[in-house]
Amino acid sequence: MTILTATGLSKRYGALTVTDNVSLSLGAGEALGIVGPNGAGKTTLFNLIAGTVRPDAGAIRFDGRDVTALPARERCHLGIARSFQIPHPFSGMTTYENVLVGAAFGRRASERASEARAVEVLELTGLKRKANTYAGDLTLLERKRLEMARALASDPRLLLLDEIAGGLTEPECVELVATINGIRAEGVSLIWIEHVVHALLAVVDRIMVIDFGRKIAEGEPRAVMESQQVAAIYMGMDAEMAHG
Amino acid sequence: MAQAYSIERSTRASRITAIVALLALAALAAAPWWAGRADLRLLGEVYSFVALATLWNLLAGYAGLVSVGQQAYVGFGGYALFALAMFLGVHPLLAIVLAGIAGALIAIPVAPLLFRLQGAYFAIGTWVLAEVFRLGFAQVSSLGGGSGISLPAGVVAGIAASRPLREMLVYWVALAIAVAAIGFVVLLLRSRIGLALTALRDSELASESLGIDIWRTKLLVYVGVAGLTSMTGAFIFLQKLRVSPDAAFSVNDWTAYVIFIAVIGGIGTIEGPIVGTVIFFLLRETLADLGTTYLMILGAVAILVMLRAPQGLWGWFAARTGLTLVPVRRRVVFSDQSK
Repeated sequence: MTILTATGLSKRYGALTVTDNVSLSLGAGEALGIVGPNGAGKTTLFNLIAGTVRPDAGAIRFDGRDVTALPARERCHLGIARSFQIPHPFSGMTTYENVLVGAAFGRRASERASEARAVEVLELTGLKRKANTYAGDLTLLERKRLEMARALASDPRLLLLDEIAGGLTEPECVELVATINGIRAEGVSLIWIEHVVHALLAVVDRIMVIDFGRKIAEGEPRAVMESQQVAAIYMGMDAEMAHG
Repeated sequence: MAQAYSIERSTRASRITAIVALLALAALAAAPWWAGRADLRLLGEVYSFVALATLWNLLAGYAGLVSVGQQAYVGFGGYALFALAMFLGVHPLLAIVLAGIAGALIAIPVAPLLFRLQGAYFAIGTWVLAEVFRLGFAQVSSLGGGSGISLPAGVVAGIAASRPLREMLVYWVALAIAVAAIGFVVLLLRSRIGLALTALRDSELASESLGIDIWRTKLLVYVGVAGLTSMTGAFIFLQKLRVSPDAAFSVNDWTAYVIFIAVIGGIGTIEGPIVGTVIFFLLRETLADLGTTYLMILGAVAILVMLRAPQGLWGWFAARTGLTLVPVRRRVVFSDQSK
């Protein structure tokens, strides 16, 4: 069963095409990794799926329903949650309250259920000790973790994670991978944009490569990462030279 | 499994504040027995400014809706009171409540127009709206047209049997309006809507992605503030006994002074507008005889506070002492952890 289908998504800003006819589909419970160089249009793809940005062309179906015209908040109510690459914490609130916002508005749960969910997520994401710290006083790493916690608190069916492993130490990275695999075990579908490839490989079922707004490769993670196109992008060589 | 956490909202300071506030309220409620007539009038005016500043602060400091046109609702409330009392024979005190409801109702169609404007354009839009109201009411000849009208003696006499009783009633109504305005803001901020409001103040992008309906949240706040501002306006002109377009929709009296109060007291805090009102009236009562010099001093104080304590005097004080008298934040306490 597919939970998300995007067909022919395109987005232009003036003369610049940031998403160029991208299609993708995601099975329920599946985890998809997205890689590609900076500026390739990965985050824009998230903006399109989450509803922050409307596509110029193409359609998005979530759980059998056309959501292309729905605003971000309604997609959130349906079960699409995302973290932002550049954290957007609610600085004037505590960490707990930040997570509570996700729990209280995502599923429109009761006050008590939201509180319980928020506390549960704080424990799951290792932010329990920072519960009463103002989000504005958190370190960058903690803010990234808060991004994930807030999205998770909304009890999503599809979680979009945007570069949350960058800058982590190796033990922290292992911990993060364990947390994300724990989330997957609850049946949450996942799309994860990440440069830290070994973390990605420990989680995802499939990888998609984006460059200049286009999908240039997709498939089994290791095969994709060892392919010519990826080598060309990441090593700065063109495909012929890489194999030449 | 037993619940391993609890959510706390009150602090030691807030519990003490609650007791002190109740005692102060009791003392103020008893003012007709210890204060003179002029003092009661002055206190009534103080309460109306506490209400106006508290409401403006909710709009600007929490919802990010910087309005310079709240005089639209002050004036509307004043005129609504006169119209209800004179044409329909409604008891003036009941008319205050009805004026509030009317103000909230009129805000519902107005808000979608204003919300199309962002930032400075929104501010200008609110001012234009107030001017439209002013010009509109100036056309109503049965309400005195451009020169205004006084509340008929019969209506005034109808408030209560005797003059002292009437003044007492009016005083209590003013106190009730100030308490209602503060109570409204505190309860709103502690509610789910308050959570949404604080979230969207910090990041509209993240709020929207987390399922918050930004438009509806702002609409609710705008309409609630409009209703209570109209009630305050109705009271103000009941106390003045006379209403005219220029007095009712004065940007100076009902917005400039109110912004001054909120800014020197501390925008975005509940305590700020109260502190600001006290300072404003202290300055006015001691310096008003100086005429224009008084206004220059007001301006200088505002500039000084904005430069030296951009968070306002209460914000400055709170940042140094860590004191919050009215808690709207939530603390989670885990039972397996010592505090």
